[in-house]
Amino acid sequence: MVRFDDVWLRYQHSGRAPEADALRGISFEIEDGGFRWLTGPSGAGKTSLLKLIYLAEHPARGRIEILGARAARATRREAAMLRRRIGVVYQDFRLLPQLDAYDNVALPMRLARRSETQVQADVGEILRWVGLAHRLHARPDELSGGEQQRIAIARAVVARPKLLVADEPTGNLDDEQAERLMLLITALNKLGTTVIVATHNTGLVKRYPFPRLSLEHGRLVHDG
Amino acid sequence: MMARRRGDLLGLRAALADRLLPVLVGAMSFLATLAIGGALACATLAAGWQGNIETALTIQVPQPGNPDAANDGTRLAAVQRALAVDPDVQNAAVMSTAEMNKLISPWLGSDAASLGLSLPAVITAQWRGAGSADTLGAQLQQVSPGTLVKTGAMWAQRVAALTTSLQACALAVLLVVALVAAAVVAVATRSGLAQLRETIDTVHGLGALDSDIAARFAARAVWLALGGSFGGTLLALPILAWLAWLAAPFTGPARLGGFFNLPPALLALALVLPACAALIGWITAQFTVRGWLRHLP
Ligand SMILES: Nc1ncnc2c1ncn2[C@@H]1O[C@H](COP(=O)(O)OP(=O)(O)O)[C@@H](O)[C@H]1O
Ligand SMILES: [Mg+2]
Repeated sequence: MVRFDDVWLRYQHSGRAPEADALRGISFEIEDGGFRWLTGPSGAGKTSLLKLIYLAEHPARGRIEILGARAARATRREAAMLRRRIGVVYQDFRLLPQLDAYDNVALPMRLARRSETQVQADVGEILRWVGLAHRLHARPDELSGGEQQRIAIARAVVARPKLLVADEPTGNLDDEQAERLMLLITALNKLGTTVIVATHNTGLVKRYPFPRLSLEHGRLVHDG
Repeated sequence: MMARRRGDLLGLRAALADRLLPVLVGAMSFLATLAIGGALACATLAAGWQGNIETALTIQVPQPGNPDAANDGTRLAAVQRALAVDPDVQNAAVMSTAEMNKLISPWLGSDAASLGLSLPAVITAQWRGAGSADTLGAQLQQVSPGTLVKTGAMWAQRVAALTTSLQACALAVLLVVALVAAAVVAVATRSGLAQLRETIDTVHGLGALDSDIAARFAARAVWLALGGSFGGTLLALPILAWLAWLAAPFTGPARLGGFFNLPPALLALALVLPACAALIGWITAQFTVRGWLRHLP
């Protein structure tokens, strides 16, 4: 479950006017196994909200509960353990440039100290699923934007997270690839993974009519 | 290949390939080895000298053949009698002409007798008394005026003071060297962190523990420090061996030159110093990385 209670976020180090709250009084709840779209114009605060969910920012105010844990109460170790149960597809992918596709996807499993046999089985399977089984040993800079995004998605789901957070995951994909990605994500959702996907792709939102959270200027303007 | 990557998940090999770290740690180990070698040599020499010097008595009897104060024999014989009955004096022995010649030949040429000088007789002995040997001097003055008694106590004190101050210097050098080594590791680690900033952000986001990340940096620092230190220490040992060879005439009979002339304590340095450097590297990297990671949420 994900629950926000009157959450405010302000970026400390921004040189901008102090009233520039990135998020203002956000409250919502996503039930276990739920699916939410997160929509809104550029700069509305979608990425900011997702960062709070995947514990990359602390709120200025308010209460956040992720997978049954109060984010503010978690020790550093607990927060790290919580992050391992959250799969994240970053808007800018964040693949490690020095590792090839296989090792990038294997990273979450290796951090969780899974056996190398299991790593091999799961990474192989997920790379087949995103259609990149033939690109195992390519480094990120040898892959197209779309391929990098698929690697990023594979890395996010390989450790079977309880919660999947995706920030505009179809941004670099053509329609067919976006469709494939949605099949993957909805399949995971059916298996019980809670999913939240920020997107600009209105066509996709229409074709997959899940509930929608909508942001504007840091405020939640639609929930349902 | 997968296993290799697993050992270097963060690509640290590239980021901390810093040649500066091993070289500087090596230089520090080089200095540390010289400092420790110096301190050890000092202690060894001092121990050797002090044992002898402290109890050594040297008694000079001018005009040894002249009659003594009581006029019943030579001055030398009178002094010898006095020494023989004193329980605090042992092993009294008159230096033979040959020994005297050997002592003074560097100054006066090969044969003192041929110069027609009237040399004093010299008696060497060991002082076993609890107090100072001054009373002995006064006593000998009576039987044979002009007799001089010298003890090594004052020299022993000076040698002891000199040794202590040299060892304090060596300790200070070690301290500075250790601090510089730690600073070098901290700087190299920080530059590695800066270089890998995005990687660490990402890995942190994927749920890596601070201890995971710190351990990888620390392991890298340990290897680099170990290698550098081992090199630096090995480089210093031949120099110490050479110094030992130069000092051999002062330390005792000259032995074979080279490595094996060094005391085993010094050879053990080749293992102990790199271990210390590795420990410094590990601790410093751990602290640096963990401190830096505090900036991440
Ligand atoms: N790291 C940051 N520091 C300062 N301001 C930021 C930072 N990230 C985002 N912002 C600001 O917060 C607001 C919301 O940004 P973001 O969450 O990225 O919006 P979206 O993802 O909907 O485009 C914007 O005004 C943006 O400029
Ligand atoms: Mg965004």
